[in-house]
Amino acid sequence: MYGFEALTFNIHGGYLEAIVRGHRSGLLTASDYNNLCQCETLEDIKMHLSATEYGPYLQNEPSPLHTTTIVEKCTLKLVDEYKHMLTQATEPLSTFLEYITYGHMIDNVVLIVTGTLHERDVQELLEKCHPLGMFDSIATLAVAQNMRELYRLVLVDTPLAPYFSECITSEDLDDMNIEIMRNTLYKAYLEDFYRFCQKIGGATAEIMCDILAFEADRRAVNITINSIGTELTRDERRKLYSNFGLLYPYGHEELAVCEDIDQVRSAMEKYPPYQSIFSKLSYGESQMLDKAFYEEEVKRLCLAFEQQFHYGVFFAYMRLKEQEIRNLMWVSECVAQNQKSRVHDSVVFIF
Amino acid sequence: MVGSSSSWSTALVRISPYTFAAIGIAISIGVSVLGAAWGIYITGSSLIGAAIKAPRITSKNLISVIFCEAVAIYGVIVAIILQTKLESVPSSKIYDPESLRAGYAIFASGIIVGFANLVCGLCVGIIGSSCALSDAQNSSLFVKILVIEIFGSALGLFGVIVGIIMSAQATWPSKG
Repeated sequence: MYGFEALTFNIHGGYLEAIVRGHRSGLLTASDYNNLCQCETLEDIKMHLSATEYGPYLQNEPSPLHTTTIVEKCTLKLVDEYKHMLTQATEPLSTFLEYITYGHMIDNVVLIVTGTLHERDVQELLEKCHPLGMFDSIATLAVAQNMRELYRLVLVDTPLAPYFSECITSEDLDDMNIEIMRNTLYKAYLEDFYRFCQKIGGATAEIMCDILAFEADRRAVNITINSIGTELTRDERRKLYSNFGLLYPYGHEELAVCEDIDQVRSAMEKYPPYQSIFSKLSYGESQMLDKAFYEEEVKRLCLAFEQQFHYGVFFAYMRLKEQEIRNLMWVSECVAQNQKSRVHDSVVFIF
Repeated sequence: MVGSSSSWSTALVRISPYTFAAIGIAISIGVSVLGAAWGIYITGSSLIGAAIKAPRITSKNLISVIFCEAVAIYGVIVAIILQTKLESVPSSKIYDPESLRAGYAIFASGIIVGFANLVCGLCVGIIGSSCALSDAQNSSLFVKILVIEIFGSALGLFGVIVGIIMSAQATWPSKG
């Protein structure tokens, strides 16, 4: 019953919620980022990070340090925390935590299939996959020639199987089809996750459905902007939009016919939450759109922590940690390439 | 008495007042302990999880658990008081209005105390859980949230006061 979760949530979820809130207090703050932005070398970054929660993960790395190593170790910390929570969770929290990783699974599948298409080595691709999205038979993806084989050989045993019903065709895999496959899978995944959160009900449904609606709208805008000028027809574009969110259904009608960024802007400015995002950009500019979307997402994720006794805090923590790892990667790259003036272009402060 | 008045009110009045009194005593202790236990597990699970990252909060936040425990103690005290009020009455007088009144007074006292302590225990437990999580992030919040908990635990005290007043007037008819 909505409003009375406080009475029974702590039976199964109280301990894990307290743990995830403890992890949240270990996220880097603005002063940490300021210190990191003033570093001259990657060794300085490693020294600053050893004073934070990342200390045990970075201290055994030999110099010279690479940016990929820093990102890998930070991701390892996230994976360790996630696995610890997953082993302690019961239903429905365990299913919820697994849902969070399906997005990474989709990205890994697309990475391997694209890499195989461009004739890269499978081992090299496996190393680049995100650890949260690994599953057992992932290496056999390199063998498949078209989507039907992909499904039949590998994906039917994974949790992604139900998302494939809309995109099994016998066409050969090429770059365009793979992108369409990625977006179709992600659309099915978001809708499934949305339905699952609604079924849980209560505060979880309210908070998660708001965050997922923003995600769906953001993907709709990104699909629109990325497909301007390509061969994707309007009907195909409309099929990639999710069927929930603030933009559904009228915003999608307008976005489907957009041919340039200014039309996208005029379509989005009718919606007050997105109008404030687009007003930060000047006309014709789309590089800062990513950062504006990330900032809005971080704002909404931080709000999830304001309420107790719901599962949204787990999702919010995972996303905030991923944002932090993106920030660290950007800062490390800027420092490594001596472009410190551009550091603040893409760092989103969480607190 | 057969046939003439077979209504619910007659049936109720013919239940022995001892039954009502005994049920009242059972509810006063049983439901109070239910409230206390509920509150303790709500606080305790959050406290354990939060203390992993912030071990300093453990000793201070045991106060929340103590407040919940106090609720169970109120229930025990009132149950003991009530059971001293339960006297035997000669069987000719068992359905006298005086007897019924005493039986009902003890029953009401038990329900008052039991349910007041149930919600008090829940209230203190939920606040205690939030207190532990907030204290782990920012230690200046602990005393402020403790004030809220103190107000919450006063609810159980109200129930005990009214329950004792109710039971004070539970006088059974005297023998002979």
